[in-house]
Amino acid sequence: MRTLRPTLIGAALLAAAMLAAPARAAEGEAALPQVNWSFSGLFGTIDRAAAQRGFQVYDTVCSNCHSLKQAYYRDLAGIGLSEDQIKAIAAGKTVPDIDDNGQPTDRPALPSDHFRSPFPNDRAARATNNGGLPPDLSVITKAREGGADYIYALLTGYADPPAGFHMMAGLNYNKYFTGNQIAMIQPLRDGTVTYTDATNPSLDQQARDVVTFLTYIANPELEQRHRMGVKVVLFLLFLTGLSYSVKRKLWAGVEH
Amino acid sequence: MVGLYKSDIKNPLLRWVDSRLPILSIVQKEYGVFPTPKNFNYFWAFGGLAMVNLMIMIATGIFLAMSYTPHINMAFDSVERIMRDVNYGWLLRYAHANGASMFFIVVYIHLFRGLYYGSYKAPRELLWMLGVVLLLLMMATAFMGYVLPWGQMSFWGATVITNLFSAIPLVGEPIVHWLWGGFSVANPTLNRFFSLHYLLPFVIVGVVFLHVVALHITGSNNPLGIEPKGPQDTLPFHPYYTVKDSVAICVYFMVFAMLVFFFPNALGHSDNYIPANPLLTPTHIVPEWYFLPFYAILRAVPSKLGGVTLMFGAILVLFALPWLDTSPVRSARFRPVYRIVFWFLVIACIALGVVGANPPEGIWVPIGRLGTAYYFIHFLVLMPLLGKLERPLPLPESISHPVLGGGPLPGAAAVHPMEKV
Repeated sequence: MRTLRPTLIGAALLAAAMLAAPARAAEGEAALPQVNWSFSGLFGTIDRAAAQRGFQVYDTVCSNCHSLKQAYYRDLAGIGLSEDQIKAIAAGKTVPDIDDNGQPTDRPALPSDHFRSPFPNDRAARATNNGGLPPDLSVITKAREGGADYIYALLTGYADPPAGFHMMAGLNYNKYFTGNQIAMIQPLRDGTVTYTDATNPSLDQQARDVVTFLTYIANPELEQRHRMGVKVVLFLLFLTGLSYSVKRKLWAGVEH
Repeated sequence: MVGLYKSDIKNPLLRWVDSRLPILSIVQKEYGVFPTPKNFNYFWAFGGLAMVNLMIMIATGIFLAMSYTPHINMAFDSVERIMRDVNYGWLLRYAHANGASMFFIVVYIHLFRGLYYGSYKAPRELLWMLGVVLLLLMMATAFMGYVLPWGQMSFWGATVITNLFSAIPLVGEPIVHWLWGGFSVANPTLNRFFSLHYLLPFVIVGVVFLHVVALHITGSNNPLGIEPKGPQDTLPFHPYYTVKDSVAICVYFMVFAMLVFFFPNALGHSDNYIPANPLLTPTHIVPEWYFLPFYAILRAVPSKLGGVTLMFGAILVLFALPWLDTSPVRSARFRPVYRIVFWFLVIACIALGVVGANPPEGIWVPIGRLGTAYYFIHFLVLMPLLGKLERPLPLPESISHPVLGGGPLPGAAAVHPMEKV
């Protein structure tokens, strides 16, 4: 009984967690596909090539409507772009500023600038998007139930509505979106982006790539966190073993 | 040497200090030689773990506050700045956020350990009640801390919870406006929550001190629930329990590290990464996991005032527990019926947690009501009745008797001051 108790508690908590989790996930529509991401797991890393292609997808497609305002151009170093490449990418964008005469102006961006937002404010974004507000994508993979899997599912989940399904005007059918009607038109199809590295730009490939990029942007610390975590846990395993053997030795003389 | 404390410390400098301010002697007495029952299992490590956790929360919190901005237009972005631009800011924030979860895991185990082994019974009633005060303070602190990132769940959680006070007849509405500092959850609310979130942990430190003082007057309970009868039943706290607690602390840090480094957002809600929007209500507003059982109790009855009363009652009933439990036997080990109903309580609490995570519809409504009913029946009916009806098993003569057969003291266990300080 004495040794069984923690096991019982653990089992009960695990059962509770399993009961609570699907209940939360059940709010979406279809079950999410499970993608094998490079960044998942204890040793997960950001796939540099995929993230760079994903940046290309964001840059050519998503960025027309979606901001990435928490991220800086310098963050692109984390997906393997060189300083010169980043400078060139930033220089190709214009960001609003105030000039020496105090007048609003646009200037080429620097690596230290935040990503340029497509709209000056939310109202402008709504006005151009049929009343819908395209969400900021800075932490999007953390801001949706299901995370990276959900974003991938959403991007690949466009389909024709089933027979008899009533669609509201201006909305699009998506298998995974809550209520199945989403304001965003299907953003990616086979070949929407022509990759510079000759990868076949299938819908699936583009969705994976852009989700990898967005996961990096939402968790720029991910690789450092995983590396540090492995070291910390290994050290703690050693320390637990050490302290436990000290405890055993010390208590060996005590009958208890 | 009139007026000076007679210190045993040899070092002249330390002795000079100690005879004027005997903190070293106090530490030696309360944490060095302090006689502690020798039969603790690892559940007795959770009080120490809670202390460690509190220190981690205060340390990480102080550094987070250096980079956080308590303004509705800047709070969310300032948290993202901590995650991205502050050196190891992600580590501080993830440690603080998951530290709150770890704190509740540790404290809930600590609390259920007290329930199982009857640690709340005479003479430890005040010790227990101070513990319940600590739980309430922790809940208030955690709730206000969750508001600070100003995400969707921050805002709507704050709205729902503060609105509970409007259930109070007559003065409810003015109280809510007073809490908000306005007519809705807005900037004044965020500002005062930040201020209080920084204040309350130090109040907790104060009450923890009282909790420990009370503990060191009565001494610890133990798995047998019988008082130590002499030095053969106890061990000096150091090194026996400092070392044993070290093992527990290592395991605790391992669980903590797994959360922080590999699953930092597993216990949080994804909606809190969406900036607060007063015009858009989330589909399901749910509190943090550690409030879910209470949230289920709140929604168990179709009356706002009733639900609020039950929810607060669920905690307040714990204050009366030392007098509701009429059994003279402490440890559930010798209470054949209580040992079973204790697990019903655990199951009811876990079930209420699951109910709290789900929308209040369908099967979850009756389960929530059943769980709530059991929770109160357990404390208000079963505890008083069991003491009268249950036939406890015979208690052992002493802590050392069942294992030692009343034999002589083992050499290492003899109480003598450790070479410390």
